[in-house]
Amino acid sequence: MAIDITQFHETFFEESFEGLDIMESGLLNLDIGAADNDTVNAIFRAAHSIKGGSATFGFSEVAEFTHGMETLLDEMRDGSRDVTQESVDTLLQSVDCLREMLGASRDKTPIDLERAEALKKELEKILSSDNNSIKSPSENDESKNTAPASESSGRDGWEIKFKPYHDMLRTGNDPVRMFRELAELGDLSVEIDISQLPALEDLDPEESYLSWKLTLKADVEKEKVKEIFEWVEDECDIEFNELSAATDKADNPANVMATATTAPPQTTDNSKKTAAPKKAATSTDSASIRVSIDKVDALINMVGELVITQSMIGQLDCDLDEFDNNRMEKLRDGLTLLERNTRELQESVMRIRMLPISFAFNRFPRMVHDLCQKLNKKIELKTTGEQTELDKTVMEKIGDPLVHLVRNSIDHGIEMPEERVAADKPETGIIELNAFHKGGNIIIEIKDDGAGFNKERIKAKAVERGLISSDEQLSDEKIYDLLFQPGFSTAEQLSDISGRGVGMDVVRRNIRELGGNIDVSSEMGKGTTFTIRLPLTLAILDGQLVCVGSEIYITPLVSIVESLQIKKEFVNNIAGQTELYKVRDDYIPIVRMHNIFGIDAEQKNLEGGLLVIVEGDGKKAGLLVDDLLGQQQVVIKSLETNYKRVDGVSGATILGDGTVALILDVDGLIELSRNPPTSGNTSTNQVREVA
Amino acid sequence: MSAAQQIDSNTSVDVMTDTDQYLTFILAGEEYGVDILRVQEIKGWDNVTPIPNTPDYIKGVINLRGTIVPIVDLRHKFSLDAIPYGATTVVIVLKVSSEDGNRTMGIVVDAVSDVYNVAAEEMKPPPDFGTISIDYVKGLATVEDKMVIVLEIDKLLNSGVLDNSDSLLQ
Repeated sequence: MAIDITQFHETFFEESFEGLDIMESGLLNLDIGAADNDTVNAIFRAAHSIKGGSATFGFSEVAEFTHGMETLLDEMRDGSRDVTQESVDTLLQSVDCLREMLGASRDKTPIDLERAEALKKELEKILSSDNNSIKSPSENDESKNTAPASESSGRDGWEIKFKPYHDMLRTGNDPVRMFRELAELGDLSVEIDISQLPALEDLDPEESYLSWKLTLKADVEKEKVKEIFEWVEDECDIEFNELSAATDKADNPANVMATATTAPPQTTDNSKKTAAPKKAATSTDSASIRVSIDKVDALINMVGELVITQSMIGQLDCDLDEFDNNRMEKLRDGLTLLERNTRELQESVMRIRMLPISFAFNRFPRMVHDLCQKLNKKIELKTTGEQTELDKTVMEKIGDPLVHLVRNSIDHGIEMPEERVAADKPETGIIELNAFHKGGNIIIEIKDDGAGFNKERIKAKAVERGLISSDEQLSDEKIYDLLFQPGFSTAEQLSDISGRGVGMDVVRRNIRELGGNIDVSSEMGKGTTFTIRLPLTLAILDGQLVCVGSEIYITPLVSIVESLQIKKEFVNNIAGQTELYKVRDDYIPIVRMHNIFGIDAEQKNLEGGLLVIVEGDGKKAGLLVDDLLGQQQVVIKSLETNYKRVDGVSGATILGDGTVALILDVDGLIELSRNPPTSGNTSTNQVREVA
Repeated sequence: MSAAQQIDSNTSVDVMTDTDQYLTFILAGEEYGVDILRVQEIKGWDNVTPIPNTPDYIKGVINLRGTIVPIVDLRHKFSLDAIPYGATTVVIVLKVSSEDGNRTMGIVVDAVSDVYNVAAEEMKPPPDFGTISIDYVKGLATVEDKMVIVLEIDKLLNSGVLDNSDSLLQ
């Protein structure tokens, strides 16, 4: 049977990187001295499957290296070793090393064996060093069995009850080979139980129906015996009993499977799948995505309904000659149903692309941990809203900007502990990462309680760089805007963490590319907050169709506050130019769409015109339009693919009749109305062209 | 090359040498050529959706099977007098390459004309005319005693899209 095993490599790497993520976050969550058993177990399992996988796929260096980690973790998990800072740090480094090794294996580049070797030595050192000192308390432990001690005296051997689940053979495990290995340890006798064996016609050759009682007459450590069954631990019921000891002595609880023996393998399999955290490799730009089963199920249901609707409408079509009212009614019903189905289907399809933002947040605990050690700072990272879902594309693109901002906060934001104490602040700084939905946007906040920005210094720096003149008066907003200028850094000393000034401009550009924006607010001595606003998805938008002259534009529904008919008495003028409209207690500037876009409008008089009040960027404006048409969902198409960014327009879409309609960018429009494009727009261009 | 040979019946050049095929079109009585490999399709003039605050020569955008394609009026671009669009007015959809990838754009021309084979050595470098930038002209070719102005579409169509210099003049 020649199977091209390389076809599974992609999956293996994906899973391994996931495993590494689990290990990393687990290790960071471990409380030194009082480790939570579940966490250690989770870390161990991740290491275990990486080891298993890498051995199967022939990445022996990886397997060997992981083995060292696994041994250490195993001891931690059965309580025979305390969780120390040292070992956690070494394990974290090992995770990094392992990630590199796996990366190298995937890219088929040579593995940095030196580093692996050094770490392996370190792991071994830990393993050998305090083994003895730790062993003593464990000897007092009631579960004497679990101690990996070599107290072999008076042991005759082992009785092993081994009952594989039906589908064990499918994972490529072969009992015969395991028994052969067991036999190498000593005198082995095997009793087979064939009571579960079905009649020949019902027999599925790929399933395992047998169970065994093995008696190994050899004076070996339990670990050795266990090791042989290591790969199948999760796929069988297994029980080890010491022959000399009383047989009722319970074995390591981890091995006595909690799942009922009779549980059909199918269900265990499924529950495992859904329970496992859904992760996609966030670090790589892999084109695949892992989707939770329920999302897929929802999709399948939806398609099922669509098919039913289709057949319902299809029935009407048989003889069109008699098209009476009754049928018309049915057709209408069908169409309503179809509309609903389509919308739901669309929503479910979109949901496939959505991932919780924890993918982007997960890397931060580690980063904060490492950087704190490096900089001798004390920082606590708090995250909220990790479950907020975000489009995968947005997620991939937002990762780096976030890293940059968090690094900035750690490096420049949070002060050294002594400075903090001197400033009457708690020694430990706090960095908060918050994500939440607001309107049709997702908001990500990066908040620190550090020193805040020194506005004077930013200004001075900007003057130095010639970005502004020294006597210029700037609003706070404008000052913070300087931070996003290319090559701007206020850090007095460059560090390798940040401060080269390459970045903030890139951060903003990346966010803008996603159709989002970033705001800064900061208070000297109190801290800084970066607020990133991102569109939920890049593909679909609920829009209100508005008509200006002969053109149809789409206003994002989320930015519309209300629409109203203009009453003359509420219109006020300032300096004869800016028109304000009084809405309840607010004065809102009127933006005449046809002026801004240079279109001939029907409605040039404000009286009786329609005003669409929109809100963008915290500012309100009233758009004067000729007519309000329907509302519909539109698929966003980029203008930039084939053309370029246009002020006041965020994209385009295709309407039902095949024509193109432009989607308004409310923020941009408000900006445009304040600073009109070099007046008369098109004419200037022409003048320049002819000149 | 075999296809080229079939079409090629009126040129005496050895087709196996370095010849390129050009699609030509008419604009204000002159014949212009574009590399035929860049031509995606030719379609009749249809209404476009104008884009606000863009230069006049950008007529607007159309929906080309789901993608938004900007349309450039070449008469405008070359500062020629506008004429009403008629039955022969066509949009030639072209692939334009630039540093940041390929884009699809359409040009509005008076009419399409023909497809010619032009050998590389037949192409004359454009003299410095001073009216439109020679950057936009790849060369001049003579086909059947007519002059064909072969356009450098990448430069022509990227100007005013990538950079903001709309100046057509030198």
